[in-house]
Amino acid sequence: MKFKTFAAFVGPSVFMMLLFIAAPLISVFIQSFQITQPVMQQIEVETCTPGFLTQTCTTEVKTVPIIDEVTGKTQTTTAWVGFQSYQNVLQMDKFWEAIGSGQWRDILQIDFWKALRFTLMFTLVTLPLVIGVGLMIALAVNNAAKSLRGPVIFVSLLPFIITPVIGSLSIYWLFVGDGILTATLERWTGQDIAMFAQAWTIELLMYFYRVWHVAPFAFVIFYAGLQTVNMDTLESAIIDGASRFERLRYVIVPHLMPLIIFIALIHLMDCYRVFDEIIGFRSQAHVISLQWLTFDFLTPDDAGNRAISRAAASAMLTMVGIVVLLILPLRRTWRDHKGGAH
Amino acid sequence: MSKATAQPLSLKIASGTFLAFWCLIAAFPIVWIAVMSVKSPRDAFAASAWDVITGPATRAAGNGLSLLDIVIGLVVLYFAIRWAFTRLPGLVQQYSPSGFIVLGWLVGAAVYGLIFVLIFFGVLPYVSGALNSIAGPLGTPILGLTTEHYVAVWGENQFYRNFMNSMIVTAGVVTVSLTVGTLAGYGLARSGSDLAFWLLIVALVFRALPHSVLVAGYLPWFINSAEILRPILGDLSPTLYGQPWAIIAVLVAINQPFTIWMLRSFFQNIPAELDEAARVDGCSHFQAFRRVIMPVMWPGVITTGLFSFLLGYNDFLVTALLLDAQNQTMVPAIAGYFNRETTTTDQVEAVAAAVSITAPLFLLVMVFQRQIVSGLTAGAVKG
Repeated sequence: MKFKTFAAFVGPSVFMMLLFIAAPLISVFIQSFQITQPVMQQIEVETCTPGFLTQTCTTEVKTVPIIDEVTGKTQTTTAWVGFQSYQNVLQMDKFWEAIGSGQWRDILQIDFWKALRFTLMFTLVTLPLVIGVGLMIALAVNNAAKSLRGPVIFVSLLPFIITPVIGSLSIYWLFVGDGILTATLERWTGQDIAMFAQAWTIELLMYFYRVWHVAPFAFVIFYAGLQTVNMDTLESAIIDGASRFERLRYVIVPHLMPLIIFIALIHLMDCYRVFDEIIGFRSQAHVISLQWLTFDFLTPDDAGNRAISRAAASAMLTMVGIVVLLILPLRRTWRDHKGGAH
Repeated sequence: MSKATAQPLSLKIASGTFLAFWCLIAAFPIVWIAVMSVKSPRDAFAASAWDVITGPATRAAGNGLSLLDIVIGLVVLYFAIRWAFTRLPGLVQQYSPSGFIVLGWLVGAAVYGLIFVLIFFGVLPYVSGALNSIAGPLGTPILGLTTEHYVAVWGENQFYRNFMNSMIVTAGVVTVSLTVGTLAGYGLARSGSDLAFWLLIVALVFRALPHSVLVAGYLPWFINSAEILRPILGDLSPTLYGQPWAIIAVLVAINQPFTIWMLRSFFQNIPAELDEAARVDGCSHFQAFRRVIMPVMWPGVITTGLFSFLLGYNDFLVTALLLDAQNQTMVPAIAGYFNRETTTTDQVEAVAAAVSITAPLFLLVMVFQRQIVSGLTAGAVKG
């Protein structure tokens, strides 16, 4: 295919990605070093209250934003502030203070480090669970009678296809103060249980939700992979006296290895973006993630201001994280590509 | 299956039990919110599961189904579903003009849904009400059921506006991203150049980007776009913030990396000899694409379209930040319930809204299960 034709085919897509993905990235990068504030001026205001004989007048100096006469909006200035926004997000002084005094736990009081801790832990805890549960379901379905497989796949797809916010809400409602599962647990244990009052129970529910949501995806892929297992290899393994577990360990899992890597890669990308659970479980007081942190900076506060530069700084930091996570898989792909070309 | 691979009974039982357990876990939260949404608040948050299912308080308030209602309902449901699978495809084939079969299906499904809702919720209650009064013990309510929360959500809270916005955004995302993505996917599949490889790698990195990073980039521009664009467009320059079509463009772009990867793997499955033959016969690349590839590409396109649909429909982050309250889609709108979720009635209304959002997805899985599965595996097997 000639370059011109190729460009014509790919052009619209590349244009959209440049305009709406690459350009915003550059914009975020620049914003994270800038800060935009309303221009303030100090004016003397004389306020008089009626009094006996004479009015009582006081003058005071007030700081008010300058209003542009043409547009009627507040004037703003944009200044380069270097790494100040990053400093505001990272709060390194508090970080080093906490390390210096040996109070490691204080680090997790800072929003960014709290979010980073949760995001990484969330990714690492759910990854093996998703792969394990997905593989188990795939093996069990492969074992089941043919007529059962269709309905089972249908039911399994439901958690995967459901809107993430709604999915986490549906689990939230089961465990909320007077939800059915909390009531049942309380009856069994005889104690009061409040699942959403402390961080660790919320985190457990989030792990559960994510595994529930993603395991079907792993299952479907593993199930497709199981259909292509080489029967001859399996039979020779039986003749060699391999037990059921050894066959799984030495024949089936190696066969599924590329799929496991694929799922791990996708899961890594998606888990790093963990966000909807925070909304669904309303856990912002206890557990937050990196993406939620940026979302929170971007949401207008009570005065209607958005912390754009801090959002940009936290977005850039989030991006650094995903690049670090992706370097290894990408290098592998590059080597494969080079290897394939020769 | 040979004797050596035959499984001992204990293993069979274990695997069967595990599967049943998984199905229970997979379906339970979704089924449960559906049950909760049709009960009065006291029943919905009752401590005993049996009370939630049978709904004594709902029944006491005069809302309930009798045995007769249930039987009639199930019979109508059975025939409705059967008809949808046996007769509907034929009618759609017959009445849709050739080449517009997809459009025909959309219209057919919409009409079918409308008629179903009319019969099931419009006609059936009167019929069964009349029958109940003469049926005696069979006609007394045994199962509490009320639709008041749905009426409140869709009527008073005007959820249909959010529904319309969701539909506009989703339809836009699916159409545009498929049009753009199909061309790109085909180009990438048929070009073995290094440039194509690099494009795919960059797309992979873009796919990994958290969406909040991108939104942080859009927001200042979108809010001030009227002033920024004024020198170019004059007074027509729009404020992009809050515009559904701006959201469509954003979601299409976010979705592009995934779409081109997936469509590329589908196009690689179409033998290159097919379009080469067309080229030998004197077609240009575009003609070959239009005349030879387009007729055979629909399975892949439909599958990719499903995933685009899911992205547009399920999105919370982008729509919550870039749309204002009037143009809100369904998923962010439900967050509005959190703020006023003070009484149990509000909670159950939120549950009803959540079920309303899930219902179309449920239908989607029912109709397109095969395509979803093939889409999931296509990406994986090709890498």
